[in-house]
Amino acid sequence: MDKKYVKKEMQVKALENGTVIDHIPANKLFKVVEILQLEQISNEVTIGNNLASKRMGTKGIIKVANRFFESKEINRIALIAPNAKINIIRDYQVTEKRIITLPDHFKGIVKCVNPKCITNNEVMEPRYNVISKSPLVLKCPYCEREIREEELQLL
Amino acid sequence: MSYPSLVSIADYSKEQMLHILELAAGFESNPNQNILQGKVAATLFFEPSTRTRLSFETAINRLGGRVIGFSDAATSSSTKGETLRDTIKMVSNYADIIIMRHFLEGAARYATEVTDIPIINAGDGANQHPTQTMLDLYSIQKTQGRLDNLKVVMVGDLKYGRTVHSLLMALKYFSPVFYFIAPEELLMPNEYKLICRENNIPYYENSNFEPEIIEQADILYMTRIQRERFTDLVEYEKVKNVYILHNHMLDKSKNNLRILHPLPRVNEISQDVDDNPKAYYFEQARNGLYVRQAIISHALGLV
Repeated sequence: MDKKYVKKEMQVKALENGTVIDHIPANKLFKVVEILQLEQISNEVTIGNNLASKRMGTKGIIKVANRFFESKEINRIALIAPNAKINIIRDYQVTEKRIITLPDHFKGIVKCVNPKCITNNEVMEPRYNVISKSPLVLKCPYCEREIREEELQLL
Repeated sequence: MSYPSLVSIADYSKEQMLHILELAAGFESNPNQNILQGKVAATLFFEPSTRTRLSFETAINRLGGRVIGFSDAATSSSTKGETLRDTIKMVSNYADIIIMRHFLEGAARYATEVTDIPIINAGDGANQHPTQTMLDLYSIQKTQGRLDNLKVVMVGDLKYGRTVHSLLMALKYFSPVFYFIAPEELLMPNEYKLICRENNIPYYENSNFEPEIIEQADILYMTRIQRERFTDLVEYEKVKNVYILHNHMLDKSKNNLRILHPLPRVNEISQDVDDNPKAYYFEQARNGLYVRQAIISHALGLV
């Protein structure tokens, strides 16, 4: 049996239909689960973490049976797992590979860095405009503060 | 038809700014009109600011409108823990327009999202104070006869000073030349210098406040250097007396030069400047009345 096949068997057990999110940084896996609200769905969800990855050292993987995420939903993880790979599986075959792209505007996920911002003092969902994707710069439309990648704090 | 709120100076296009200035000139020549008759304006000052509140309330009263509101969060239900959202929704039942100052940044933008009546931002923390910018612009136009191609010297706290940032954003449409005079710690932030470069606006930076720079200026915009901005108080002591304008520094200045300051001042403009005809900061404050009359009437779709 060839080596590659063994690895595939062990790490990515075949999914009949659904979505595989691969190459998630191991320390962000549960944040991805939270952002995609996977704890609220009744579909079969398989989560693997700290799996060996040649490219990343360790990685996380999520498989959701019979659920085909729309790009809009999946793009919400772009801030924390920009290099994750999305595979859409139908009848055991990868029918579509998707790249995650950060949307121009999004809600939630990040906390505004400005403690005097209304979003940190009122019960409300923050939102952001993406000013630049690389390097990452967000702008809070309320207090108008720009937030850089190194300042990011997840909600 | 919806009429625009004014939260940030960037909400206005160049054309809208010029329109407001034109309306303000009309109110200056005729400040007592009845165009707000039957209208109720709410002035919600979650943070006290007597100067700004009186200017707004005078503007409304002189146009025949009525005012409700509070001048301090201590006398409002926010001390009982009411959210801003609930306060705005409640006041929206009574008033035709809300003028608000809040200590939290972004409060006015959020208010526009929870009500359909116009919101005028009278200051949200260190963020925006667009009616101040409009009165600065009005004062510049009135004293210079134009807004285009002016040499504008900004002095003092250019890092945290929201008035200079907003004025820069407003003047970017009018081909100015900027001189930024500030200590190392309080230099104009890069994002604003980038805006200058993107708009082909020349700017010069200097940490020395010299008469040679004043000699070239059409507008000298002074700001206050605040002690609490400094992490190193030794630095504050070093610079606090460097950025002070004295009357003798104006000896060779141009005849059309006018000195602006958002007020209150502490010591950055020496009192001997007050009698110089180039001192304009008190008239500047009065111009706020006409500009606010214009902004309120415009927001309500009455002019």
